[in-house]
Amino acid sequence: MAYYAKSKGQRVVDWSVHYGLLACFLFFALFPLFWLFKVAVTPTNLLYSEGIRMWPSETTWANFAQVMTDTDFPQFFINSAIVSGATALISTLIAAAAGYSFSRFQYRGKAIIIVLMLITQMFPLVMLIAPIFRILTPLGLTDSLLGLVVVYTAFNVPFATFLMQSFFDGIPKDLEEAAMIDGNTRFGALVKIIFPLTLPGIAATLGFVFTAAWSELLFALMLVSSPDAVTFPVGLLTFISKFSVDFGQMMAAGFLALIPAAIFFFLIQRYLVQGLTAGAVKG
Amino acid sequence: MASIQITEATKSYGNTAVLHGIDLNIQDGEFIVLVGPSGCGKSTLLRMIAGLEEVTSGSISINERIINDLPPRDRDIAMVFQSYALYPHMSVEENISYAMTLRKSPKEKIASAVNGVSNILGLNGLLERRPKALSGGQRQRVAMGRAIVRDPQAFLFDEPLSNLDARLREQMRSEIRKLHRKLKATSIYVTHDQIEAMTMADRIVAMHDGYIQQVGTPLEIYDKPANVFVASFIGSPAMNFIKGTARASGDGYHLQTDENHQIILPESADLKDQMDLILGVRPEHLMITEEGPATLPATVDLIEPWAFPRWFMCVSVRTALKSSHSNGLILQKAHKFM
Repeated sequence: MAYYAKSKGQRVVDWSVHYGLLACFLFFALFPLFWLFKVAVTPTNLLYSEGIRMWPSETTWANFAQVMTDTDFPQFFINSAIVSGATALISTLIAAAAGYSFSRFQYRGKAIIIVLMLITQMFPLVMLIAPIFRILTPLGLTDSLLGLVVVYTAFNVPFATFLMQSFFDGIPKDLEEAAMIDGNTRFGALVKIIFPLTLPGIAATLGFVFTAAWSELLFALMLVSSPDAVTFPVGLLTFISKFSVDFGQMMAAGFLALIPAAIFFFLIQRYLVQGLTAGAVKG
Repeated sequence: MASIQITEATKSYGNTAVLHGIDLNIQDGEFIVLVGPSGCGKSTLLRMIAGLEEVTSGSISINERIINDLPPRDRDIAMVFQSYALYPHMSVEENISYAMTLRKSPKEKIASAVNGVSNILGLNGLLERRPKALSGGQRQRVAMGRAIVRDPQAFLFDEPLSNLDARLREQMRSEIRKLHRKLKATSIYVTHDQIEAMTMADRIVAMHDGYIQQVGTPLEIYDKPANVFVASFIGSPAMNFIKGTARASGDGYHLQTDENHQIILPESADLKDQMDLILGVRPEHLMITEEGPATLPATVDLIEPWAFPRWFMCVSVRTALKSSHSNGLILQKAHKFM
């Protein structure tokens, strides 16, 4: 195929369009976060009096201080971290085992299990709240963090399993067979050879499940009522009272809630980028 | 080193049988090549010897010990894969020493073994690299190194050269053969490439449709193929086949071809009058010549310039004939299949 070198003008146009589109996307994605922060640092008395401005004439950290000291937000925050962390770990562990099994073994009933897992993804969550409430109540799992972990895990495992399966499918079977001939058991080959190669997939799955659990509102709202077990998305609703909404504190709490997710993604981002692009091209 | 006996071994996936009653004895130190077209079961047989596939029935023994139920790690065999199967997260040195590390060999012993192997295979200077930083040929060497460092009872090769370019393949072929001569290790080598089979094997096992068609030295397989499949699979350009009927004529027999030509047949006690025959003729046993007895009229249809001698593709009526000579077309030697 002939290759035609692009002229300098054409390259400039390409560059401008490329980065222009990226800038538009970034603006669209990040502007709500900026607005969250802007409202969080705006003093309450200026919130409505200044009209719409890109930056307030005065800023304050008072909303953050009040959220941390005068509300139950630290408790909600810890609850969310426990629920999301546990859900991410347990779901990824189960999904990795199930994904490996789907990827490597042929057995009776495998197709049925896969279809059933797909079916679980077809129902709107709101349809399932009542039956799940009925199931969890006699087990004593309503109003508890453990109940949320169980429900979130159940809902995240199918998708996480398919995600992990695709990563295992991308690793040649020859590698574990070579390891088994070299002296490993199958499990040893999985742990020592396959597991290190699946780290990007594990990071992607952890990230996906963690964010899903971190921001889940519907089940948390329906299954939990005591302040001890409230997660932060539900906790944000406490800033809405009958006659007013404390936007400053709500935005400060929301901004604080971004921090653990940001830290989590910062820690796994190296694997995540590999994980999300793995298998896209022949390496 | 080891002798390997395969007795009445079969392999089925559900109701689909892929290997039927395989019997094969491999002597200590022998280099056996399993050859056949894709899907003939040669790789499955190799994987059964390795322990990566279960044996449905029959038995496989190494040194007279049945190993059907032994996991791969307890069979003391090494395998070189088509994809090389190098561990991407380990350096070359770690790849080579992995099996010894798992067996908890002393560090000094591992270091000296790795050193020895890298000297033999020319891997010095590459030991710190990861597999992705190596060329195809280098990866192939590392895979070989990983196999030989353990000093196993037998080596299994699953089409190890098929990912290399033609020149490198040629080079590695002779290196593997030299290595075998040096190590005197029992080796089973799977390939669909007849050139590899002919140039490397002590004995060739020709397979088709899950059956062993013939076992013999390369020259036996080439000169005395047991059936039409072996005759057609081995040899390039392929053997010519001419269908016809044996007719008694004077002291001997001739072949009356389906196109009504006559070819004098070599003497054979098996021939009978009116017997249906397929005559097999190697290209190098044909010559272009003047029309006369024992000739077939032919038209040169295509010339493939392919080193020396030039190969002629000729067409005679409906019979395609390939010849390696440019100055005649007579049958010098023929194989018959009844």
